[in-house]
Amino acid sequence: MKLLYFAWLRQKIGTAEETLTPPPEVATVGALLAWLAARGPGYAEALKDLSVVRVAVNQEFAQSGDPVKPGDEVALFPPVTGG
Amino acid sequence: MTLKGNVSAMIRVQRKDFDIGREIDGLTAGRSDIGGLASFVGYVRDFVGKEKASGAEVSAMTLEHYPGMTEKRLAEIEAEAHKRWPLDATLIVHRHGKLEAGARIVLVVCAAAHREDAFAACQFLMDWLKTSAPFWKQEDTAAGPRWVDADAKDDALAARWKT
Repeated sequence: MKLLYFAWLRQKIGTAEETLTPPPEVATVGALLAWLAARGPGYAEALKDLSVVRVAVNQEFAQSGDPVKPGDEVALFPPVTGG
Repeated sequence: MTLKGNVSAMIRVQRKDFDIGREIDGLTAGRSDIGGLASFVGYVRDFVGKEKASGAEVSAMTLEHYPGMTEKRLAEIEAEAHKRWPLDATLIVHRHGKLEAGARIVLVVCAAAHREDAFAACQFLMDWLKTSAPFWKQEDTAAGPRWVDADAKDDALAARWKT
């Protein structure tokens, strides 16, 4: 699974992208966020307030209950501020 | 991208600046069926918040985006505008990278046979772009860099277009 991090999430986690293999029981966006938060202090800090974390799976916005599977591209980012 | 008949819908995500007049003329060149064209240009404002008098000064801004999803999302927003209004041509140009205060960030152009469709589509595209196009801004201020927070006002403006 390819993970991409943007903006202050990238700064707190310390990397812009990585390839990870979560255990098979991590099958939803919500479960993935919980598993990531436990990986280290940078992740915990980035993910401590999920109300300002948005997720895209394969470049489509995704909600907490949506599925994730091996091979997906999952991006984490703050609410967007373009325009 | 060309939709049916003579309708065109284009998107560009780029670092370099754009020429507003050239882009607008490019959209209408060779066409006499367009009756009205509405456009919006967004700039890097040199202060934070509602009023210049009370806000921190901004000298520059860096825009980050999600290559792949950015183009996809802008194309979806543009296609939605074409579904809702009879448009002859639309163009979205959005810059990324480091931009100085006063620089152009985004251009939205909508051309139609009649002005109400051009005006409405232009506002719709900006409201939806502000809330769903994957860009993130970081401002350079005297107190250091700060990430711009999404504004609840933008969500409210986008929500008024819900069908």
